[in-house]
Amino acid sequence: MNNNTLEKKSLGASFKRFIFNNKVILLFVLLSIACIAISGSSVSYIAGEVISRFARNTCIVLALIIPCMAGLGMNFGIVVGAIAAQISIFWIVHWGFTGITGFLLCVLMSTPLAIFFGWLLGKLFNKTKGAEMIAGLVLGFFAAGLYRLFVLYIMGGVIPYNSPYLLDRGFGLRNAFDLTGNIKYAVDDISLLTTISVLAVLLFVSTVIVALHDKKQGNAIDTKKVLGKLVAAIVLLAVGLVGKSVPMLDQLFGQKRLITYDAVFFGSIIYLVYLALMLVLKRKEPKKLVASAVLAVVLLASCFVPAVKTVYLGTRIPAMAFALIAFFAAFNNWLVNTRLGQNMRTVGQSRAVATSAGIDVNKTRIIATCISTVLAAWGQLIFLQNLGTFNTVQQQDNVGLYAVAAILVGGANVQKATNKQAIIGVILFHTLFVVAPLAATKLVGDSAVSEYIRMFFSYGVIAVSLAMHAWKTSGKKKA
Amino acid sequence: MENEYVLKMEGIAKEYYGNRVLKGVELKVKRGEIHALMGENGAGKSTLMNILFGMPVIHSTGGFEGTIEFDGKPVNIDNPHTAMELGIGMVHQEFMLIPGFTVTENVKLGREITEPTVASSIFGKSLEKLDKPTMAADTRKALDTIGLGVEEYAMVAGMPVGYMQFVEIAREIDKTGIKLLIFDEPTAVLTETEAERLLDTMRVIASKGIAIIFITHRINEVIDVTDSMTVLRDGTFVDRLETKDTTAARIAELMIGRKVEKLVDDTDEDNRVISDDDIMLSLKDFYVEMPGEKVKGVDLQVRRGEVLGIGGLAGQGKVGIPNGILGLYPAEGEIIFDGEKVEPSKLGDALHKGIAFVSEDRRGVGLLLEESIEQNTIFTSMQIQGKFLKKFGPITQFDKKAAKEHTLNMIKALDIRCTGPDQYAGRLSGGNQQKVCLARAITMEPKLLVVSEPTRGIDIGAKKLVLELLAKMNREQGMTIIMVSSELNELRSLCDRIAIVSDGKLAGIFAPDASDAEYGLAMSGVTEGGQA
Repeated sequence: MNNNTLEKKSLGASFKRFIFNNKVILLFVLLSIACIAISGSSVSYIAGEVISRFARNTCIVLALIIPCMAGLGMNFGIVVGAIAAQISIFWIVHWGFTGITGFLLCVLMSTPLAIFFGWLLGKLFNKTKGAEMIAGLVLGFFAAGLYRLFVLYIMGGVIPYNSPYLLDRGFGLRNAFDLTGNIKYAVDDISLLTTISVLAVLLFVSTVIVALHDKKQGNAIDTKKVLGKLVAAIVLLAVGLVGKSVPMLDQLFGQKRLITYDAVFFGSIIYLVYLALMLVLKRKEPKKLVASAVLAVVLLASCFVPAVKTVYLGTRIPAMAFALIAFFAAFNNWLVNTRLGQNMRTVGQSRAVATSAGIDVNKTRIIATCISTVLAAWGQLIFLQNLGTFNTVQQQDNVGLYAVAAILVGGANVQKATNKQAIIGVILFHTLFVVAPLAATKLVGDSAVSEYIRMFFSYGVIAVSLAMHAWKTSGKKKA
Repeated sequence: MENEYVLKMEGIAKEYYGNRVLKGVELKVKRGEIHALMGENGAGKSTLMNILFGMPVIHSTGGFEGTIEFDGKPVNIDNPHTAMELGIGMVHQEFMLIPGFTVTENVKLGREITEPTVASSIFGKSLEKLDKPTMAADTRKALDTIGLGVEEYAMVAGMPVGYMQFVEIAREIDKTGIKLLIFDEPTAVLTETEAERLLDTMRVIASKGIAIIFITHRINEVIDVTDSMTVLRDGTFVDRLETKDTTAARIAELMIGRKVEKLVDDTDEDNRVISDDDIMLSLKDFYVEMPGEKVKGVDLQVRRGEVLGIGGLAGQGKVGIPNGILGLYPAEGEIIFDGEKVEPSKLGDALHKGIAFVSEDRRGVGLLLEESIEQNTIFTSMQIQGKFLKKFGPITQFDKKAAKEHTLNMIKALDIRCTGPDQYAGRLSGGNQQKVCLARAITMEPKLLVVSEPTRGIDIGAKKLVLELLAKMNREQGMTIIMVSSELNELRSLCDRIAIVSDGKLAGIFAPDASDAEYGLAMSGVTEGGQA
């Protein structure tokens, strides 16, 4: 009954509501547009910058979603995850591993470290219930201090570490840690065809495991579904492998980075084919397909607009990095639909209710923190392999701040954050991050000002989006 | 014969920080019966249920004594999970529901139905995937059992309170192997028709062989629906009765009945002249919007020079009255004080006109814990009446000397045990803190003193002192006093008249020596129901 009256309200009212509910995002969209206009730099350049920043930053931001769901607010403590990643890089590089092997070993080594750090962080959060954000922020500073001691004295001073990265005095690392020639672009340079092959293998293996597990448990197996998945995996693998040996395909999809034009053009065609298949097989309601189809057509059409085409042709996409972002987001979604995820949501909504439902609140919070820290560590590895060189001592310092700022710009708040908000937020935040200093330089005429602008900007973003959120909440209460 | 009882609790005793709240209580419930657990506030009902449910609050404060036998077997319930596994469910007084979840998610909270996944076969059960369709189907079944027509995928947020209660019940009866269900004052928040439906639902549940423990203050509901009852009073076991063998008046008497101890030595001569024509304070159609203590239309007259008691059970609105008069919570209606109109919406108006208030929330509202006794004693008078201030033209300065002198007098007069006027109020014992609150009220030299729960949380010796002090102020200085208290005994030993508040309305005004049954019935809202 209520819904009907709501629907009948005029279009103007719902438009107003849309504006009000999305005002944080809209504000930053307007700001971006204004800055782009003022800076006068080419859209291709900005798009390229944003794509590469998106590829390297999004995973860390996605690490914020699970603790938020568990009622821990914005986890500024992900700094310790970044520290775990950096420590593992020191050793893996020292042992001489390079390329994707080196990267995977970094993942392997940073994971137990991150779990340990996350466990400590979770313990702290449990002792500071209600003040997790400030506790995480301060712990980040504290951990960074310990890390400095580790990097500047213990490395070489206590633990033997013979490498060109060591300072001449015999202990402490050099200020810049160069990853060129070892794990720089280890992920980014993986081509689309390789990515597809990897995904195909993963799909095959997981399907087999599930089927075997089901059989062992005596559960009914949906043979059609399992076979379908296996066939799909084999087809994908074939595409990946065959594509390598066909020069034209290899030229298009086998390169280190994918040209955005190809990605959009072929991506939207494949998506349209998929939608048509769904329609024919009647797997989904036609109504639900319309919006997706329109989007795909618009994207396809945009390939034929000269101005847009220039931008598309001028930018490149790292396929594997994007696949990893999708993986992180899918992991978050998947976790929500497990018992653990449901427990986290319950704990996040009300600790008292969770306790009375027999959920171990403290344990659940610690697990959420651990997962977040591990994701942050992996995210930092992806970030660093793209960056190529990092500041040994203070690279981790702003990880929490920038990640939180980004997700808040996407419209998230300390009670609720989603994958969508994280992704929109990263795009907006980093667009502004790129163009705001340019615009400022243009206005003031001094390039030194750009660093101040960035600093001012990232703190300002947090303050503004929190204030706007508070406005939104109080508005709701009155209504 | 031995197995006739699904639950047997015997010799249950519990201490909180040296304060014995349960003294050898027993509770026996038969299979499939509705058993009422009756008692005033503080009789120990909640503690007993917390013990039965294995709540952490019990075990973090040193556990309890006594034995629990469930379903014929002695059991050790040390956390809520064990209780749930045994088949004990509880419908809580404050809803244990999550507004942002759907009905299904709430019903299946903590007991989600899941199916295995790749990750769960490696990392354990907690990563199993939720089986949402089965969860929804189960929920539908539970909702149908209790006849609630709400959709299982609807959000709980925004539902009427009555529905939420039924969602809670659905959650409990959805649990497999549930044998005993505790209803903790379930009707307190419901409208009359909702309450009736709830009672019907209880009968349905009981007819399925599930025993019910029904905690309530409403005697008529007990007569209506239960088979038997246990009455507690002051943490002791009074009696176990079959409902058909008893009457409302008898139950009320058992709940309240106790010897009236003489808390105040009334040796002073009573020279007061109290007349029905000389009204100090009159409330007309008075409403207060205090959460949990709503006042819904009270007419009350306080005569000059008397001590008027306001009693009633917790949550019925008695505490709302003084808080409303002082303007601490939004209030409506007419307040005439000594011929003048008091505006409750204007904070401080009552104070300015000469009403002093000692709050029931001593540590929260009543005292500045991190300030000295001296500051606590004088600050209201200083703020409101400008006492203890030296004036230099437009500039005022705190008169330290006068304040100290006054505080020392107060410490002497009220026998506040402290190291001196500089001691922090937060460091004092409960009784002495209360005396500081009174000292502040007296410093204002009010025409009317309103004290709310003056003896809450202080020991018996201090209680006596505080009450004697109130009596002395009334008898010697002719101060009119309104005293709000949950302890009827205390009201009866001091007051000239006692107003009983039930469901936000006045249930009646009684003489201190009226019978226990009269008080009991008024408090339980039985007489009030008859009048309406």
